Amino acid sequence: MSTRRLAQRQPESFTFSPDNLAWAQGQIGKFPEGRQASAVIPLLWRAQEQEGWLSRPAIEEVAKMLDMPFIRALEVATFYFMFKLSPVGSVAHIELCGTTPCMLCGSEALVEVAKRKINTKPFELSPDGKFSWEEVECLGACSNAPMIQIGSDYFEDLTPESFEALLEALARGEQPTPGPQNGRFASEPLGGLTSLTEGEKKHAANASVELASGAAEAPRAISGGAPGFEKRG
Amino acid sequence: MSNLRKIVIDGNEIEVDGALTLIQACEEAGIEIPRFCYHERLSIAGNCRMCLGDGVGGPPKPAASCAMQVKDLRPGPEGQPPAVKTNSPMVKKAREGVMEFLLINHPLDCPICDQGGECDLQDQAMAYGVDFSRFQEAKRSMDEIHLGPLIKTHMTRCIQCTRCVRFATEIAGVPEMGCTGRGEDAEIISYLNQALTSELQGNVIDLCPVGALTSRPYAFTARPWELTKTESIDVMDALGANIRIDTRGRAVMRFLPRENADVNEEWISDKTRFVWDGLSRQRLDKPYLRGLDGKLKPVSWEVALEAAADQFSRYSGDEIAALAGDLPSAEAMFALKELMLKLGSKNFDCRQDGAKLPPSNPNAWIFNATVAGIEEADAILLVGTNPRTESPVLNARIRKAWLAGTEVAMIGEAADLTYEYKHFGTGPRTLAEPPSEMLELLKNASRPMIIVGQGALAREDGAAVLGHAMALAEDVGAVSDEWVGFSVLHTAAARVGGMEVGFVPYHEDSDDDFGGIADAPTGRDVAGVLDGVEAGEVKLVYLLGADEIDMSRLKKAFVFYQGSHGDAGAHSADLILPGAAYTEEAGLFLNTEGRPQLTNAAILPPGDAKENWAIIRALSAHVTVGATDDRATLPYDSLSQLRARLFEYRPWIASSIGAVVAKSWAAEPKGEVTDAPFMSPIKDFYLTNPIARASEVMAELSRQAAERSAPIAAE
Repeated sequence: MSTRRLAQRQPESFTFSPDNLAWAQGQIGKFPEGRQASAVIPLLWRAQEQEGWLSRPAIEEVAKMLDMPFIRALEVATFYFMFKLSPVGSVAHIELCGTTPCMLCGSEALVEVAKRKINTKPFELSPDGKFSWEEVECLGACSNAPMIQIGSDYFEDLTPESFEALLEALARGEQPTPGPQNGRFASEPLGGLTSLTEGEKKHAANASVELASGAAEAPRAISGGAPGFEKRG
Repeated sequence: MSNLRKIVIDGNEIEVDGALTLIQACEEAGIEIPRFCYHERLSIAGNCRMCLGDGVGGPPKPAASCAMQVKDLRPGPEGQPPAVKTNSPMVKKAREGVMEFLLINHPLDCPICDQGGECDLQDQAMAYGVDFSRFQEAKRSMDEIHLGPLIKTHMTRCIQCTRCVRFATEIAGVPEMGCTGRGEDAEIISYLNQALTSELQGNVIDLCPVGALTSRPYAFTARPWELTKTESIDVMDALGANIRIDTRGRAVMRFLPRENADVNEEWISDKTRFVWDGLSRQRLDKPYLRGLDGKLKPVSWEVALEAAADQFSRYSGDEIAALAGDLPSAEAMFALKELMLKLGSKNFDCRQDGAKLPPSNPNAWIFNATVAGIEEADAILLVGTNPRTESPVLNARIRKAWLAGTEVAMIGEAADLTYEYKHFGTGPRTLAEPPSEMLELLKNASRPMIIVGQGALAREDGAAVLGHAMALAEDVGAVSDEWVGFSVLHTAAARVGGMEVGFVPYHEDSDDDFGGIADAPTGRDVAGVLDGVEAGEVKLVYLLGADEIDMSRLKKAFVFYQGSHGDAGAHSADLILPGAAYTEEAGLFLNTEGRPQLTNAAILPPGDAKENWAIIRALSAHVTVGATDDRATLPYDSLSQLRARLFEYRPWIASSIGAVVAKSWAAEPKGEVTDAPFMSPIKDFYLTNPIARASEVMAELSRQAAERSAPIAAE
């Protein structure tokens, strides 16, 4: 953990895409007159989804839209670790869970892979600019540990090898299927089901994986407004 | 229904308003609760946890007494009043725990910290701190932030009480400071590390309970226990903020505010707080006389007074004039007025900006509604005034009222006042023919207020503007028995005092000593004096600290300058009589409300400079009246005798030092107004008087303010 600051290099400007702007107006409209500042987190979040990270122009644009001082929006942006204040990989920003269950199941080996394949330091871009990584607190998928998150997709049951393959696939421009990477359907025992074994298997993948696979913009679903995004949002 | 609730604090039952917080209730009971983040004039944050108290019968844990209201306490099982303990073992343990956490990351650098000796954390560590640390890890370090030339920062000392953030946001109205990050990484910053843009920023130095924000100009110059403290009054603007002058030896080390809920609450502007380096620069410390070669040469007092008397004896009363500036005390002006009258001159004026103030009608030139009354007003119309530059602390009061729901409207130069206002026009025409929306706003208010600035009065049609403003006040119901909303905001500390002691060319001849105030001018006002000099009709001009007039028009006259600083007046003078500055003499000042307040001498004047009244008194003993040998000696040998005589002239002042006396209402006649827009009389907030102009700190602030307002050059 370290002091969170605005990045040294900032883009010139920020504007919401037309779809995101319409969405943002809708969020602002949820709050009564004079309380627009309540929409600061959704708007900052959408700005981050659009750009991948929160730049100073983005924070200022959101503050202007909500009629609040810049410093108030900056306070919010620096308070929550999920807001990224420095540029992230153009293909994927890997959020690697390092909390106890994942750690016990080998997340430290994944960190080593990230350090080797991406950058020795978290929050810094890989040499090709396609990836960045950070270690995050528990993402709640402990039964499928260790796991990573990219955008809103979980890639679970990873090994150093499968994680490396995943990174390579992403680098090639492929869209890997999210979910357990060791063939598990969901969080059933590794050795297969021990109960409820009868019945027909209707789904190829679990519900959240199906949802993710149907989206147009995996793995970094960020431009907003695209078909499939809303239902995942 | 009464909101009073009974509460038992440490076994003593008292009755307080249920809406009070526990910390306030304890204060009523005479118990002081330690606190860092709580401040009575700021919103409640509840984040330092130092004020923990023990609610008996309530939840079995300590409660923050700054955030707990009396009415929310649980009564006893049989309906007994709720009980609170502030000295139980649990409270002591809780506070010691909080203190230990606060000290974990606080550096042990008290010996080199400017806050040492007046530090809340230091004091309370004496009560609740332990003499060892269990913390083995590395202390947190912080990046320094840059807050400009006034505030020195040591952010490692910061305990994140957020008082500075709340002050900047709520009182000063410049939301530029914030608390970013979280947990151990929480830090106080200004947006993009920029200097604050408020004229009140110095107050965060007082608010900071530790040494994180200290005064940069005062840095490492003195320790609080070696300073002599003198209570006095500020003269940088017409508010008359109550200040404390801290001196060491013969030097003023700093100014601090004193609390006065009716005037400045506990804030002072940056000009008030940081002007002290101007007190030791550009000082006039010897009498000077212009020699035959045209150069000013230092002379002794004897020579200077003889030269002055010699000049006086050459001219008749009509050829002599006196002008008073923005800083002299009422006593000095009163003494000079008496001298001028003895010499047969009625050409004296204290309105060096030429404001059209009618001397015989006091309610036309004072802040009738009082400064505290701003909070009672529910609609305020600003006419030709920019209170942010004319009196920043008063502006903070207007902002406070605005935050509480008061509507503000304005006629004049648009400016950022730190609050929103409806802008109805820029000139007097809007006042003479008020738009219906503005009338409605004021008429619908139960206590409408009209604040008229000097920008509306110091102009050719000033008298007509005054008449229209007063008529508007009557029209919208701003004048009644219990509420007079018509208020004039002055820019000069000496103005109301000068008006009150009659330093104006409106004198009736009369048999008694003083003479009455006439309805029409009987002598020359400022413009008349300047014209008279150019026409060769006025040959001797006595400037009592008057520096803001066009000196080039005084070339033909012999000019005396009595004052403290070598500014415009001294440069054009032929004879300089060095006087004391406001920190160096006791004096009477009436603020814009007409509230008489007394300054005290904190140090001695430098060099040969003397108290201003004493110079005039000494001079009077050298001057002969007309062609006779009679001396014009003024009938007092001490300041108390002078004051006694002044009080004989204005008896109400003697009985109401520090209080406002309501004046009876009389409107001024309307007149023809022009279309010229109102202009604020203050072009540069930081450089309004000779003392401020001599200050390097003020020059730096002025430069920065100019940079901010200048359009950014294309890169």
